[in-house]
Amino acid sequence: MANEFEQVENSEKVVEEFVAETAKNEEVEVKAKESVMPKAPSKLKLSKGELKRQSVLLVISAIFVLYGILFYYLPLGGWIMAFQNFKLKTGFLHSKWVWFAKFKFLFPTLKFWTREFWDGEFIRVIRNTLGMGVLNLATTFIMAIVFAILLNEVKNKFGKKMVQTISYLPHFLSWIIVTGIVHDSLSSTGIINELLRNLHIINDSYNFFAHPAWFWPIVAFSNVWKETGWNAIIYLAAITAIDPCLYEAAEIDGAGRWGKMKYITLPSIAPTIMILLVMNIGNVLNAGFEVQYLLGNGLVQKVSQTIDIYVLKWGISQMDYSLGTAAGIFKSVVAIVLIVISNTIAKKAGQESLF
Amino acid sequence: MAKDDFKLNYEASHGKEITDEEAKVLKKLAHKNTKKMSTGDIIFVICNTIFLILFTLITLYPVLNTVAYSFNDGLDAVRGHIYLWPRKPSIESYATVFAIQGFVQGAKITVARTVLGTLSSLVANALLAFVISRKRFLFRSQLSLFWVITMYVNGGMIPVMLLYKYLGLTSSFWVYVIPGMVSAFNVMVLRTYMEDLPTELEESAQLDGAGYITIFVKIISPLCKPVYATVALFVAVWQWNSWFDAMLYNRLKTEYTTLQYELMKLLNSVMQQSGSGNSTSQSTTTSKQVTPVSVRSAATVVTMVPILCLYPFLQRYFVTGLTIGGVKG
Repeated sequence: MANEFEQVENSEKVVEEFVAETAKNEEVEVKAKESVMPKAPSKLKLSKGELKRQSVLLVISAIFVLYGILFYYLPLGGWIMAFQNFKLKTGFLHSKWVWFAKFKFLFPTLKFWTREFWDGEFIRVIRNTLGMGVLNLATTFIMAIVFAILLNEVKNKFGKKMVQTISYLPHFLSWIIVTGIVHDSLSSTGIINELLRNLHIINDSYNFFAHPAWFWPIVAFSNVWKETGWNAIIYLAAITAIDPCLYEAAEIDGAGRWGKMKYITLPSIAPTIMILLVMNIGNVLNAGFEVQYLLGNGLVQKVSQTIDIYVLKWGISQMDYSLGTAAGIFKSVVAIVLIVISNTIAKKAGQESLF
Repeated sequence: MAKDDFKLNYEASHGKEITDEEAKVLKKLAHKNTKKMSTGDIIFVICNTIFLILFTLITLYPVLNTVAYSFNDGLDAVRGHIYLWPRKPSIESYATVFAIQGFVQGAKITVARTVLGTLSSLVANALLAFVISRKRFLFRSQLSLFWVITMYVNGGMIPVMLLYKYLGLTSSFWVYVIPGMVSAFNVMVLRTYMEDLPTELEESAQLDGAGYITIFVKIISPLCKPVYATVALFVAVWQWNSWFDAMLYNRLKTEYTTLQYELMKLLNSVMQQSGSGNSTSQSTTTSKQVTPVSVRSAATVVTMVPILCLYPFLQRYFVTGLTIGGVKG
């Protein structure tokens, strides 16, 4: 047990050092690119003897680089499909080049001041992806911080441990199970409808999945249910690392619980919050698949379809590989833009950033 | 806490010096403050306790409810109103679940992919992390950047699927194991841990003529057991819960189906009903027949039980792993 706490405290430091060190490494990277010969960050020289001594490391890294090129970098070459009318039979070499036709299908008009533009299917898909992504991020983020701070206020050690252990549980369930549970709870015979009926708020069962207005909140709630406890782990670790003297000093100044939370706990975990926020903004688009796919249905399609579902629908079901790739490229580009923007904001705010 | 400590802290936080006498009085005061709870504090504690109890209930209830349904008689369960305990106990639903052929086959494949995938992934990630964390390695930062990029840029669903098709990975078991073997995130977690290990051990081994492989197997790996456990847990959970790869790459190969995918097929038959049976882009796998609630619950319980039995014992590992690696994403 004692060991565990030590580890948690240490790891906080480790994290900071790690971020700082990676930043340094990447600086070196830039410099290395400028000069013709790639130089190692240390004073070691690229000599024959050194190469021979490190031959084992070189062989291993060569294998991993080949693996990486095959599974991570080669698919990027597949992006040329987006500019072709790709057919499996004709392959990359003999498929017809259509250049930007697929992108024109995604954005029939670029006149964003017209209604026509905003009514386009793909625009709606982007809106859904970003909207749900931001809503999920905001709700899960705030819930995790609130939960961590409130749990930290519990003085009973056994109770605290038990609540925390239970709070992790949903993270280990697959989305299949979670959406199944959410669906059962909200169904006409489910617990929510039963509660509402017993409280006489409604007379007849309400079908939550038939009303588009409910879809986004349901997705956000599913995310909160699944990830709050898990996301709170890192904040709880950060809170554990706060110097207890700070609280004592605040107490003398007459700070109550509320004051201590507001002026000590929250500012102390602010850097952690910032890094996690920057990181998660880059992942906003990635969060838009499993829940929406599993919970969506024909009636709420307008608000449930995300970019990934769109890719699946056109690329896999309709076998239009080129269109699916074009939509995928769009997603990657938006994701990178989001990462760069959030990173810049973090830097401007004087916080730690990723690169 | 020593008296001096307290005094220093007070001085530091207030920017003025105090005498020992004053410190004593202030400390007593602080002590008193902590002992006596104000009305506001009492209200806070009550509200906080209620909030956390509610939170725990909302987390736990659906799971317990599913278990209760799964142990209830199938016909009786349709009437609903089962909460934490089965009304008409029966284990027939479990018998039904295990009689579903796809389900048994899915369980076998899921166990196989979890074991094989976790082992191979652990070896690969650890080896790569070992190379990247060698401070003398000449291409250290380049190799690290090469893998960090893969965290942010990827080809997307269609190009990746075509690649697997060309490589002959689709319609095979190996699509579950080989492509996901190296994960940059896990490599970074391992690397951070390895970089923190003392270098003296390695250096003295090198003087004794040990090669890098010996150092990796005999010196670094034994020291990395906790972080290996963390990464193994991450990978195992991910493997166990994956369903999309089974659907995308092996939909037509029933011998390579997985537990989660079979569960999805069972649950989906009901989910589509709420959408009034409208045909959607997602109904590719839907069967018309609706699975009874007790059978669905039993299948869910079977799918989640192994992980639920394990995770409370592995808590300290994932707490470590998350705090080391979580921040690098």
